[in-house]
Amino acid sequence: MPTASQAEKTRTLRHSGVVRVTHWLTFFAFVALAVTGGLIVISHPRFYWGEVGNVNTKPLFVIPIPSSRGTVPNGYSYEMPDENGWSRYLHFEAAWVAVLTGLVYGIYGLWSGHFRRDLIPERRDWTWRAYRDRIQKYLRRTIPDDGPDRAEERSYNVLQRTAYIVVIFGLFPLMIWTGLAMSPAFTAAFPWTVELLGGRQSARTIHFFVTWLLLLFLIVHVAMVAMAGFWSRVRGMITGYRRDSEEAP
Amino acid sequence: MKPESTSPITRRKLIRGGVAAVAGIGGLAAADRLAKRYGLIPPDGKGIYGPGETLTYACQRLLTTRTPAREFSRSMISKNPFANAVARPNDAFKKLQADGFRDWRLMVDGTVAHPMSLSLTDLKALGVHSQITEVACEEGWSYIAEWIGTPLSGVLREAGVLPQTRYIVYNSFEEGAWESIDMQDAGDPHTLLTMGMNDGELPVPFGGPLRLRLPRQLGYKSLKYINHITATDDIRKFGKGKGGVDPEYGYSWYAGM
Repeated sequence: MPTASQAEKTRTLRHSGVVRVTHWLTFFAFVALAVTGGLIVISHPRFYWGEVGNVNTKPLFVIPIPSSRGTVPNGYSYEMPDENGWSRYLHFEAAWVAVLTGLVYGIYGLWSGHFRRDLIPERRDWTWRAYRDRIQKYLRRTIPDDGPDRAEERSYNVLQRTAYIVVIFGLFPLMIWTGLAMSPAFTAAFPWTVELLGGRQSARTIHFFVTWLLLLFLIVHVAMVAMAGFWSRVRGMITGYRRDSEEAP
Repeated sequence: MKPESTSPITRRKLIRGGVAAVAGIGGLAAADRLAKRYGLIPPDGKGIYGPGETLTYACQRLLTTRTPAREFSRSMISKNPFANAVARPNDAFKKLQADGFRDWRLMVDGTVAHPMSLSLTDLKALGVHSQITEVACEEGWSYIAEWIGTPLSGVLREAGVLPQTRYIVYNSFEEGAWESIDMQDAGDPHTLLTMGMNDGELPVPFGGPLRLRLPRQLGYKSLKYINHITATDDIRKFGKGKGGVDPEYGYSWYAGM
């Protein structure tokens, strides 16, 4: 039976248990939120700016799809089935999963040093040059003959760190904020949460745009994982370990 | 491949995990008992969406107690409010409408000391209030209007609601349309039995002659053509026990979110 120190030579702990569990909970919650959010939008695929907006007011933009309501004047005679009931139930349940998971992850990230160690860009990278160099590296797709950057096997580069920081501390909180700003009871208690955004319809429109930013992140994230070796990375996020032998090309 | 003899699970981890699991289950059980005791579980708080629905309702009840709905300035009243689709009025309704709704009655019964039947004139005599609030539909659209009427709380006070009452059930003239709210929303000064809109009578497409406006919840709880209110201590006795026709159709009972 190998001792612990022997095992360390062949397997490296890449992701802690909290990171792995919260990663997948967030993933499932996000998929549920995105799908049900899309279904809810179908009932009124028009967007506005300001406090109010309805079929009698001028929209900011309209998504040219059939609606699940006959009252929406969009030129289609076809009406989609109404899925709002269960979609709204699941949307808010998944939102709770995302929020509670985010709380656990946030507390853990501060307490364990995960944010400081793994996500905040390293001091030497706090320059435009660091970003530019990294982007150029990606564009050239230079994988040197001696395999991928060994340092990147253990830690994230400045672009990855920035992307994660923006998603975790920017987009997800903005999603929760704009979501709550559409709640008539919540805004009764905290009116500034909707007033700061410019009104209820503005909150809805921002909620919609941030969804696309998060979907863009998901696509790039999965593409990067695929380029780095999809199953080895996915296994790493499930078991936490990656065998060192897999790191060589 | 190496055999999995290097399991990362140690005895310490097992003990720690066990303690966390026991604490978690104990915490959930305690939360469930507290929620039941303080009425924080909505009538549709069962099934797969029950946990999310209960969390939303309980948190909003704890956070938004006694905070009035947002009100707006007169200049923000929507020029072209949207009435939404309504069922075609039947003959009985048209007959009442032809008489200017003189014979429209609001029945009040259930767990009240004095069941009664009120005309629109009786309702106005209880005191007329106005508010400029937003109607927000679950579909996403909204508009602002001035709503004029008498607060539901005044009617309930007049009828003498008994202390065991937990919900107010309200029915529409429209066959099969009914909803319910808890006592906190029923007692909210903004919960208005609305008879006027924007300085005129409440138009029929907007719910005239009588609509229950509930600005702290989404539009579908603001039922149109109200003609019957029942106070109750047991919501399970009504319909399928989910507290309204919308929950029976698959929409959440609590629409503050």
